[in-house]
Amino acid sequence: MSNNIKLLQGNEACVEGALAAGMEFYAGYPITPSTEIAEISAQKLPAIGGHFIQMEDEIAGMAATLGGSLAGKKSMTATSGPGFSLKQENLGYGCIAEIPCVIVNVQRGGPSTGLPTSPSQGDIMQAKWGTHGDHPVIALYPNSVQEIFDITIECFNMAEKYRTPVILLLDEIIAHMREKVDLSSKDSIKIINRKRPTGPKEGYLPYKADEDLIPNMADFGTGYRQHVTGLTHDVTGFPSNSPTVALDMMTRLMKKIEINKKDIIKFEEYRLEDADFAIVAFGATSRAAKDTVNRLREDGIKAGLFRPITIWPLAEDALISLSKKVNTIIVAEMNMGQYVNEVERVACKNCNVEFYGRIDGQPINPDEIYDFAREVLK
Amino acid sequence: MNTSALVKEYFREEKLPHIWCPGCGHGIVMHAVVRAIDNLKLDPEKICIVSGIGCSSRASGYMNFNTLHTTHGRALAFATGVKMANPNLEVLVLTGDGDCSAIGGNHLIHAARRNIDITTIAFNNNIYGMTGGQYSPTTPTDSYGTTAPYGNIDKTFDLCNLAKAAGATYVGRSTAYYAKQLTTLVENGIKNKGFSFIEAVSSCPTYYGRKNKKGDAVEMMKSLKDDYIDIKIAEKKPELAESKILMGEFYNKPEEEYTEKYQKIIDLLKKER
Repeated sequence: MSNNIKLLQGNEACVEGALAAGMEFYAGYPITPSTEIAEISAQKLPAIGGHFIQMEDEIAGMAATLGGSLAGKKSMTATSGPGFSLKQENLGYGCIAEIPCVIVNVQRGGPSTGLPTSPSQGDIMQAKWGTHGDHPVIALYPNSVQEIFDITIECFNMAEKYRTPVILLLDEIIAHMREKVDLSSKDSIKIINRKRPTGPKEGYLPYKADEDLIPNMADFGTGYRQHVTGLTHDVTGFPSNSPTVALDMMTRLMKKIEINKKDIIKFEEYRLEDADFAIVAFGATSRAAKDTVNRLREDGIKAGLFRPITIWPLAEDALISLSKKVNTIIVAEMNMGQYVNEVERVACKNCNVEFYGRIDGQPINPDEIYDFAREVLK
Repeated sequence: MNTSALVKEYFREEKLPHIWCPGCGHGIVMHAVVRAIDNLKLDPEKICIVSGIGCSSRASGYMNFNTLHTTHGRALAFATGVKMANPNLEVLVLTGDGDCSAIGGNHLIHAARRNIDITTIAFNNNIYGMTGGQYSPTTPTDSYGTTAPYGNIDKTFDLCNLAKAAGATYVGRSTAYYAKQLTTLVENGIKNKGFSFIEAVSSCPTYYGRKNKKGDAVEMMKSLKDDYIDIKIAEKKPELAESKILMGEFYNKPEEEYTEKYQKIIDLLKKER
């Protein structure tokens, strides 16, 4: 039995995970329901010699987070819906300039100021398409306080490994929920740090990728002089209008995620072994869905739960396999239908896909998914 | 160091010539910044030059240091992150009038308020040049821009007053004509351990000049000479300052710097442990 079990709030577990992963820099702006992440970072970072700064706005929070990472520190920022909208500009910069960092979005009801203290899962598509232009996206979505701790570490590792911003999606429910968390895993945690150049400083090519498609990243001030820009650039880091350069850069940016999907895509399968009916749900909704699955099983229905933990890139292969196994999939999410469109895209050839959503700021409870499932299965 | 030696030492020669139009004052301003760095014998490896978007912000690409060409208006926000995460870096921000006082106005006043050790050089050409001549916050009232076809009805920002009021601890203005004075101001700005703001008045013969019938590049350069008067002279002989714009060192009062204040918190917590 571990002796490092604590009762933590979801947002608190996020900061604990970030610190365990090696976070040394945080720049952000207060916004409900993510504010505790900033508050706890402000308290804990200077105590380990790290830095916290409250910026003048969300845009600056994202910009400073990228600046901190370029100076060599593992960096994070956290926000919620309206702030996530503002972060999109520099999130795109992070993608094109390949700057590792973690952006937490504790989702709340939208659009606009919406329902600041109510839960939502309305930013699933914004996490993918929020910033303009095609770009690589990694977004993860845990469903318990323990998993927030574990997945936050995972987000930092993926950011460092793939040199890209990683989005951690939470919802107000799991962010403000308190559960026990085993922090003892801290000592056995695998920590990944970005590849840094070790060769000659003269002639360093900051965007020349190795075979794994990831270039070495030098910290500012270490002698590897480089130019970092949000313009389309070649391996030297300098801007170019050449169609070949643009194609090469974009292809590599997308491919570096694509070829590592196996490592990036995480999901949970619950009672799916013999299932002919599945619910697909994530975050807080997946907890209700699990309950529904158990009740349907009691009724003799062979139900199971598929829970994507990695939202982007899409768990396409797993969803296709699922669609070949079951007759019907219900996608339940706290929005008007976002993830369900992706499920339909990959699954509708093989099985029936139904949607259950809720947008009134109330969580989806097990009863309503149960009633909906019984109706669909009639 | 003569200019060609300066170019060899501090510029990415293969990236030159620059993209600025013939007669643009930005090259002189960029030269003054590098000259100041050379005069202070700073370690180029420890210098980080951050810029935003616009004509001014292309300067970072030509300068052989750690350079960061960011998004429009956000240079100071990126620079704040760089400086906080590694206070040993000497951080300079190169920006323009639109970049730092319109889209990036919020970042300017808050960087100044914090007194974080960043030296900001604002290339002020009174217009949005990169997009073809729209009015900016420093376009004089009644002047023309492509988006002010009937004359600009906006009041203009005095960038130096803005920076000073917001809390910058070193503030000065000079023009591309007075390159030597500009160099000195940049030097003093870098030496100030805190937020320094230097307005470098430049000229845009292509858009601002043409639209407002200000003559050719030479005539515009003449205005950068004749329209300005040093604050010290103006104080002694106010009659000379009539209808002139002040330049020189406006403010120089060091205060405790931001990252040093934060370091005190770190040190205090270390002791308590």
